[in-house]
Amino acid sequence: MRLECVVNGEPRDVAGVRESESLLQVLRERMKLPGAKNACEQGECGSCSVFLDGKLVCSCLVLAGQAEGAEIVTIEGLADGDALSPLQEAFIETGAVQCGFCTPGFILAAHDLLQRQPSPSDAEIREALAGNLCRCTGYAKIIEAVRVAADRMTT
Amino acid sequence: MELIQPISWEDALAAKAAYPDARAIRGGTDLMIELGAGDRLPATILDLGRVAKLAEWSLDDGHVVLGAGVTFTELIDELSCELPALAMAARTVGSPQIRNRGTVGGNLGTASPAGDAHPPLLATDAQVKLASARGARWIGIGELFAGPKRTTLEPDELIECVRMPRASGSQQFSKIGTRNAMVISVCSFALAIDPSRRRVGTGIGSAGPVPLVAEEAGRFLEGVLTEADAWESGAPLGESAAARFGELVSAAARPIDDVRGTADYRRHALAVLARRALGWARGARDELIG
Repeated sequence: MRLECVVNGEPRDVAGVRESESLLQVLRERMKLPGAKNACEQGECGSCSVFLDGKLVCSCLVLAGQAEGAEIVTIEGLADGDALSPLQEAFIETGAVQCGFCTPGFILAAHDLLQRQPSPSDAEIREALAGNLCRCTGYAKIIEAVRVAADRMTT
Repeated sequence: MELIQPISWEDALAAKAAYPDARAIRGGTDLMIELGAGDRLPATILDLGRVAKLAEWSLDDGHVVLGAGVTFTELIDELSCELPALAMAARTVGSPQIRNRGTVGGNLGTASPAGDAHPPLLATDAQVKLASARGARWIGIGELFAGPKRTTLEPDELIECVRMPRASGSQQFSKIGTRNAMVISVCSFALAIDPSRRRVGTGIGSAGPVPLVAEEAGRFLEGVLTEADAWESGAPLGESAAARFGELVSAAARPIDDVRGTADYRRHALAVLARRALGWARGARDELIG
């Protein structure tokens, strides 16, 4: 089947998509956007998180055909050209990135939080990131990064 | 595999009649996992994601009518006052990503014994509307579950909406799990005290082949509230009544040993959950509840 949608502001039109494919597979394999990561494929790890019509979702749990006509934002769409987003900068500065595999999902989940709650408490940060797993950092630096970005974005 | 994506509810029902084996999808948080793990794909998937009316809810004569496609996030954001126990249960579902996609109708259709929405729906005497091209019928929520992951839906039927009274009194939901997110419940309990109907509703999750009602516990508590003339007041009911309520809830469970916990643990935990839920419903603070 054919899939037409808007990804990171650009209209995309992909032919030959199998009906059983997930949005994650289409993003990675057909659109060559490897930012959303393929790990658990069960919605447990959050590493495939993207925005689908403004909502944070696990793209592994979206059937590709369900994204027909939708607007999708992946980690590749967060920076403004070469200028990284405040969250991306904060993740680098605080050492919130180690192996980096979970980072796109964490940054998008944190982005979702800061859009809803510009000055989150630590409890709100933890709650918002509860669907994302990191096996390197122990989370402390990730939470610090979100705090740093929130401070910068609100002052 | 064929993918059918109707826009209207009528077309969705026609498609289910034409393809009774079609698997329905909305949020995908259950079916996509099955597709990923499965050795064989279903011949047909019926995507209900474009049927706008499923995402709607409305108020009707003191009741809430909740479209099957309302997500857990929407329940939390929009219906915490009208349906407190269901909204509390919604907060315990998965993660933000899962709550943004997972729906009440999907939770019912999957019919996992651990479905988080089931205990509050049982406790509030929810009715479910099952529709087909032949017409529609309403059943009590308890009649929907036939066994683990099995429902009483006919092959050509789809879940359209659920209907339950707006809360007129205290409601509670609590759930045991290994962490505060992303867990399938070890056991769960919902309580709905409805002073306007002089009714106490209960629901037990993950402690039987289907979600269960603790009928005797509910009747016991109705008697206690009537005797103490405490339906409207928030007066404490006394420790012995709370303990007895917990025992009766525990006795209504039919748990098994499985990877998430033992039957004995579930029975014990349900007595504690029920006692605490009652305490919270009566306005007790956490530190006062043993």
